[in-house]
Amino acid sequence: MTDVKRPVKLSCRNLWKVFGAGAEEFMRRSNGAASAQALSEARLIGAVRQASIDVHEGEIFIVMGLSGSGKSTLLRCLSRLIEPTYGDVNFDGRDFLKASDTELIEIRRRKMGMVFQHFALLPHLTVLENVGFPLSVQGVPKTELKKRAQAVIDLVGLKGREHHYPRELSGGQQQRVGIARSLAVEPEIWFLDEPFSALDPLIRREMQSELMRLQNVLKKTIVFITHDFDEAIKLADRIAIMKDGEIIQIGAPEELVLNPATDYVAEFTRDVNRAKVMSAQSLMRASAAGGQHAGKVDAKAKVETFAAAIVGANLPFAVTDGNGRLLGEVTPQAVIDLLAGRHVKQAQP
Amino acid sequence: MTDAVLTHSDSRMGALPGWRVAALVAGVVAVALAISWIVPGGWDYPTQAIIPFAEWISAFMQWLKATFTWLTRGLADLVNIPLQLAIGFLAKGYRIYLTEGFITLPRFSWVGVCAVAAFVGYRFGGLKLALLSGLSFLAIALFRQWDSAMLTLALILVCVPICVATGLLVGIWGYLNPKANRVLIMPALDLLQTIPTFAYLIPMLLLFGNSPVSALLATGLFATPPMVRATVLGLSKVPQDIKDFADMAGCTRRQKLWRVLVPSAKPSLMLGVNQVIMLALNMVIISSMIGAGGLGYDVLLALRALKVGQAMEAGLAIVVLAIVLDRVSQAAAQQRPEQDAMQKPWFQRHASLIAILAVLLVTTLASLGLPAFGKVPNEITFTTAPAWKAAVDWVTVNYFDVIEAVRITFLLYVLNPLRAFFEGLPWLGVVLLLAFAAWRLGGIWLAVIVALLTAFCATTGLWVQTMATLYLCGVAALIAAAIGIPIGVWASRSDRVEKVVTPFIDTLQTIPSFCFIIPVVMLFRVGDVTALIATVAFAVVPAIRYTNHGIRQVPHELIEAGTAAGCTKRQLFWRVQLPVAMPEIMLGLNQTILLSLSMIVICAMIGTRDLGQEVFKALSKADSGKGLVAGLAIAFIGIIADRLITAWVDRLKAKRGLA
Repeated sequence: MTDVKRPVKLSCRNLWKVFGAGAEEFMRRSNGAASAQALSEARLIGAVRQASIDVHEGEIFIVMGLSGSGKSTLLRCLSRLIEPTYGDVNFDGRDFLKASDTELIEIRRRKMGMVFQHFALLPHLTVLENVGFPLSVQGVPKTELKKRAQAVIDLVGLKGREHHYPRELSGGQQQRVGIARSLAVEPEIWFLDEPFSALDPLIRREMQSELMRLQNVLKKTIVFITHDFDEAIKLADRIAIMKDGEIIQIGAPEELVLNPATDYVAEFTRDVNRAKVMSAQSLMRASAAGGQHAGKVDAKAKVETFAAAIVGANLPFAVTDGNGRLLGEVTPQAVIDLLAGRHVKQAQP
Repeated sequence: MTDAVLTHSDSRMGALPGWRVAALVAGVVAVALAISWIVPGGWDYPTQAIIPFAEWISAFMQWLKATFTWLTRGLADLVNIPLQLAIGFLAKGYRIYLTEGFITLPRFSWVGVCAVAAFVGYRFGGLKLALLSGLSFLAIALFRQWDSAMLTLALILVCVPICVATGLLVGIWGYLNPKANRVLIMPALDLLQTIPTFAYLIPMLLLFGNSPVSALLATGLFATPPMVRATVLGLSKVPQDIKDFADMAGCTRRQKLWRVLVPSAKPSLMLGVNQVIMLALNMVIISSMIGAGGLGYDVLLALRALKVGQAMEAGLAIVVLAIVLDRVSQAAAQQRPEQDAMQKPWFQRHASLIAILAVLLVTTLASLGLPAFGKVPNEITFTTAPAWKAAVDWVTVNYFDVIEAVRITFLLYVLNPLRAFFEGLPWLGVVLLLAFAAWRLGGIWLAVIVALLTAFCATTGLWVQTMATLYLCGVAALIAAAIGIPIGVWASRSDRVEKVVTPFIDTLQTIPSFCFIIPVVMLFRVGDVTALIATVAFAVVPAIRYTNHGIRQVPHELIEAGTAAGCTKRQLFWRVQLPVAMPEIMLGLNQTILLSLSMIVICAMIGTRDLGQEVFKALSKADSGKGLVAGLAIAFIGIIADRLITAWVDRLKAKRGLA
């Protein structure tokens, strides 16, 4: 990312989750490096293999993979819902795996929130009680609990439904409750485990926009799991693509589209609408001296935001950085090539 | 290991043509018989080699009694407190002892209790349930069964919370500790649920004497297992997401258990509560033999004195009580919290409870001035006993010859030869044959277990009685299946038939086992035929239910595929529906066998000669050793049948890819 490097909130290094008898012993002996073949010979299953990621403060980090790729297992290792077999997890600069049971409870109570694929609402509690539940287990006094729970319920747009039971709500509404509940403790890191997968396509899109709206207000550090590449492209600051337990590429959506590390990644990116992903700077070429420009675009502007204008003007646009300094130009032909799906040569930023 | 054996034998069996299977079976039977003949003592178990389990158990129980008197007495006193309160308020009036003499608080007025019954019915199930519940209680009052019914109800009201709490705790332990669950809890539950009800009574009688407390504890032991099972199952079924959520919310272990898991499992738990109530009622009736009193005692006395009418009336009161308890607790299980309930002030939230207390208080106070409120006035009660007696007399006078002819023919030409055949079987041969079957169905471990359990019956000197039980139970289960499966098939093919059959079998299942004996005894007097008829009536339900359910749940695509392939209706049934439904039907058969067994044992009261009779005799002599050994032998028959059929069903399912 070209942003100023934000501090790392959550990271893991060479993380493994191996299932099977004697998995821990096996990983210790092989010093955290085992080939897929060695694992299968030892009759072990490597659900997550040598995963290393850094999640920066305030970014949406998406782990994308098909079912069985190990993405949910990775998330559960990061939150210690299951214990990793090998490797390190760092949270807030501390070794998260060393946290004792009481510390773990304390960290989860104050700093972590999680949204689940099937909502995981408690059927015997009302919306208000569900949202207040994480506060209640911490022993927050009743009046304060009500106030804080009400605030997040309002935030996700469920005002007026406080006293309904989950079964009386639609799927989308139930997940709003799940989101509100995970936000009630004002977590520093927010885990979303395929939060929209169980919803209808229309509701899903609505909820994605809702998430973006919330994130603009809240600026949480987010780890988001999905099997839907379009969803990942739409929401992510950065994406990690997983296959068979391994992370095969990490990068911003644009990087994945421009430089897929493997054919597998390329397969996903092939049908992506490039105008939505690519920014002016990736189509930019050096500006010809004294050349005419019909307009000006920011280096980070997505192509789709100026495509109509530049094609209409039929003249290059100047590309400028945040301070208005001229970096280069984008030609109408380059935009047309992109829209037509012709091979895009990577430009130098 | 077991898997390998299973698939191996499976493929071999599948390859064999029918006549070779028959030849194989005949060969194995011949070998088993030959071995029993050759081995000394292999045919009839030698008397001098009988292992004295019974004496050991008796000695142990004596020691237990002598050593733990303080404990049993303390426990009895503890349980007695709520019991006396409940009996006092519902049935007899509660005495409060003062420094000089005592005062008796009057029992709840019957008017008030009927009103409360109706109200509770209304609260959980609307007007219909209110009518059912209120009128049932009223009927009990008007048929002069009030005092006994309230005594029975008091026992249940005390017993059920104890069973539910115990079952919940044990179930939680089993859920949290899968190893203990597998090794200890589940086998113990299997045993508790297959040991015949009578066998519970003996140690209780010995340890706690002939008293309501013994009856209560025996009932508790009998009625708790389904709660344990419901708890383990319910907690395991809570979705993983919800368990993860509890962790992520930072719940401590205790918070996770009591605030997330248990409430989330509530629907399963409530089904467990319903089963506890029904089993408790069933057992309270049987416990009347060791001092529970109540309706069961009335039936027992009436049966002993051959007072047909009285027995019938008390029996009907039990049935009515059972139906009300079942329907109300099922309706309560389906209750969901009301929206906005938490917004209301406490007296509105607890309005029902306050209303109930008020009604009881007002009517009971009124009973101080109006005797009609305290005791059901004689003028408005009536009895149907003479009518029942007249009906039975009429049948006996007019049809005695026919009934007797049927009874004796059946006995002479079917039952007695069968009994003789079973009782003549060599013990070693049966052990070998059952072990061989177990090996083919489930592998070597099943074979070892089955062989040991079967050998137990012989080595304790109870072989003839065991075979007698097997014969009665087998014949009853066979008849029940022969009646039940066709009815189930019929119900599965017609919604109209199902609509008629369902409430009928629901009611049949609600009735405590004891009550099945009464009408049959009236017509057929005591003996094997009576036992068989009562047992078939009791055990036919699962055969119908599972068959109907099994055929109905055959996937629709399969039927469409069959139809598209040009099957006639008959072909569709024999070649698609029946094979796919087979595992389910077998499970029904399994249930039928287990129910037959439990009922056959109770039929000892009407003079069968089998293991049940051994338990019954031991009960009258308070001989815990003999009683428990015979009880265990019965339990082992049930366990063997269950394991063999389950292994068979698993194989069937694996073959069809349904497992």
